[in-house]
Amino acid sequence: MLEAILSLTALGIVLGTILGIASRYLKVEGNPLVEEIEQMMPGTQCGQCGYPGCAPAAEGLVKGEAEVTLCPPGGKSLAAALAEKLGVEVDLSKMENKEKALAFVNEDLCIGCTRCFQVCPTDSLLGAPQQLHTVISDICTSCEDCIDVCPTSALSMVPVEKTMQAWHWPMPEKYNKEITL
Amino acid sequence: MEIFNIHGGAKLDGRKSLTADLDIITMPIPDILHIPLQQHIGAPAEAIVNHGDRILKGQLIATSKGLISAPVHSPTSGTVKRIGDFPAPHPSGLPVLTLTLEPDGLDEWAKLPEPLNIETATSQEIADRVSQSGIVGMGGATFPSAVKLNLGQRYKLEMLVINGAECEPYLTCDDRLMQERTEKTVMGIKVMMKALGVPKALVAIESNKPNAFKAMEKECIHDDNISIVHVPARYPMGSEKHLVQALTGKETPAKGMTADLGVVVHNVATAFAVYEAVYHGRPLISRIVTVSGQVIKKPGNYETLIGTPVSSLINMSGGMTDTPKQLLMGGPMMGQPLPNLDVPVIKGSGGVLALNDTEMKDKNVMPCIGCGSCVMVCPVGLLPLDMASRIEHEDVDGADGIGVRDCVSCGSCNYVCPSHIPLVQYFNYAKGRLKEQDIDRRNQDRMKMLAQNRALRDEKTQLALERKRADREAYNAALAKMQTISNTTKENNNTGHNTTNEMDIK
Repeated sequence: MLEAILSLTALGIVLGTILGIASRYLKVEGNPLVEEIEQMMPGTQCGQCGYPGCAPAAEGLVKGEAEVTLCPPGGKSLAAALAEKLGVEVDLSKMENKEKALAFVNEDLCIGCTRCFQVCPTDSLLGAPQQLHTVISDICTSCEDCIDVCPTSALSMVPVEKTMQAWHWPMPEKYNKEITL
Repeated sequence: MEIFNIHGGAKLDGRKSLTADLDIITMPIPDILHIPLQQHIGAPAEAIVNHGDRILKGQLIATSKGLISAPVHSPTSGTVKRIGDFPAPHPSGLPVLTLTLEPDGLDEWAKLPEPLNIETATSQEIADRVSQSGIVGMGGATFPSAVKLNLGQRYKLEMLVINGAECEPYLTCDDRLMQERTEKTVMGIKVMMKALGVPKALVAIESNKPNAFKAMEKECIHDDNISIVHVPARYPMGSEKHLVQALTGKETPAKGMTADLGVVVHNVATAFAVYEAVYHGRPLISRIVTVSGQVIKKPGNYETLIGTPVSSLINMSGGMTDTPKQLLMGGPMMGQPLPNLDVPVIKGSGGVLALNDTEMKDKNVMPCIGCGSCVMVCPVGLLPLDMASRIEHEDVDGADGIGVRDCVSCGSCNYVCPSHIPLVQYFNYAKGRLKEQDIDRRNQDRMKMLAQNRALRDEKTQLALERKRADREAYNAALAKMQTISNTTKENNNTGHNTTNEMDIK
């Protein structure tokens, strides 16, 4: 009886130690690609892609569930970088950069509830309780998170007007393939 | 003097005879002037006059903002009708902030700054005056000239090159300027030499302008420091890097400036503007514009107020015989198509061209046959056909890898392409996209940083909150404990007698 208890205890201790050591040294790390992709994402956790944040989106990308064109704040340049990283073909011409719009506070409606700047991922909303809030449009990521939390609909997305500085020549039209002689 | 070869380039039909022998005519003041507040590379100027103000000729109406910017002055006296968006002379036709002035016809000058004494003026004083006078590169690039006159402080400079090449076909404004205002132009060149602190200046004139060459040579005959040089009439000789290469044999490094070679290039019309600013205190409010093309009834060279609508300028030239096939501001090679005739003349507009079918290239685009003509003519040594095919497949990064950013958009490849492929438009498109990508990337990095900062701060706040809560709990617990103790004591006190009694009983 006593021998059985002792030998089984000894066995348990030895095996447990081995398992413990193994779990430390042979630890399976998270897919390093997911981390790399997550580093590339904007990191604002805005959720516009449909995933709850940038890390789950990166996982989705690596699993092949998501398109590389999923991230609106990242735009074409991120899509191109992701396609290169993941080794997939992507037709960027189909992906129109979403028309850039910035958050705007209608000051007649703002009640100073502070909810919007609590959710803003880049601190582009500024305010204090019972004071008018405002947007630093320079750093607004157009994530629209603030729109949903505003109780008085004082926040809206206002499209940015095209300026001459931002304009560039369009791609020339393709030549007419039916050549008439 | 030895002239070095430049790579590629094209021999163009000059078509300058339309206006080359016509004297500069001063345009009468038009009925309305539209003065854009951004006529230069850099930050737009900021208006300092208001709607309804009466302003005088030469008065400062918008101040420069930032390091690379230029102020704007009133071209004549009159009333400010409006400050608002107005289409710019730009292919996009997008509006820019523009001041609309209704001239009163009196042409009354404002009080101008005192002329500088060129003997005693320091180089900084000259550069400041040029900066205050709103002078920008008048060859078309419109880079603020004062910045380029200050380069002596950062670079070891040997030479000033005055660009009188005027290699674009049709244009003759610089040609006429050199012939008719020779003395003043040379005085301007001397001022620039002083500002830069360089011992010598070369005035480069293409060999198709013998009269301008003679006039300038005569003016400088006793001056050992300024030499006039004939350069071959080979497009794009007027591109500053190529001009420097033709004159010195040295190539400007990619992404570098000619100042890296100790040379600064200014346009000849800029030299004249500098003369006006330094000797008379007059800001840049007018320029010579060549109006030409087969469709124009009376082509000519017109001294035009900045802000004059293109339509007034064309009316002055007798109007048009026909609807033009193409309206351009600038030369036919690098000029920009005009969205309409209401847009104004700006500081960088050297020409207004109205062209008909016979003067233009066939627009019937055909497939690339890989003939390599574009490679032969590219003055930068790029592979236009390769770049275009990459860009066509949306591979702008691939095009970047083979140097599309070094393209100067001179249009030589377009000109020689037997398939009429609009190569330069591909490159302009790619350059625009690459710039957009750069800005995107920079913005995203910034957003990432801001988001991280925010997350970090949230974490800290959370931690602080937790600590506070823990403290509070500990405090409450301690308080509760103390209360229990004191309560017990109180109870003890209250029931003191009983206790004693009980004890007594015990």
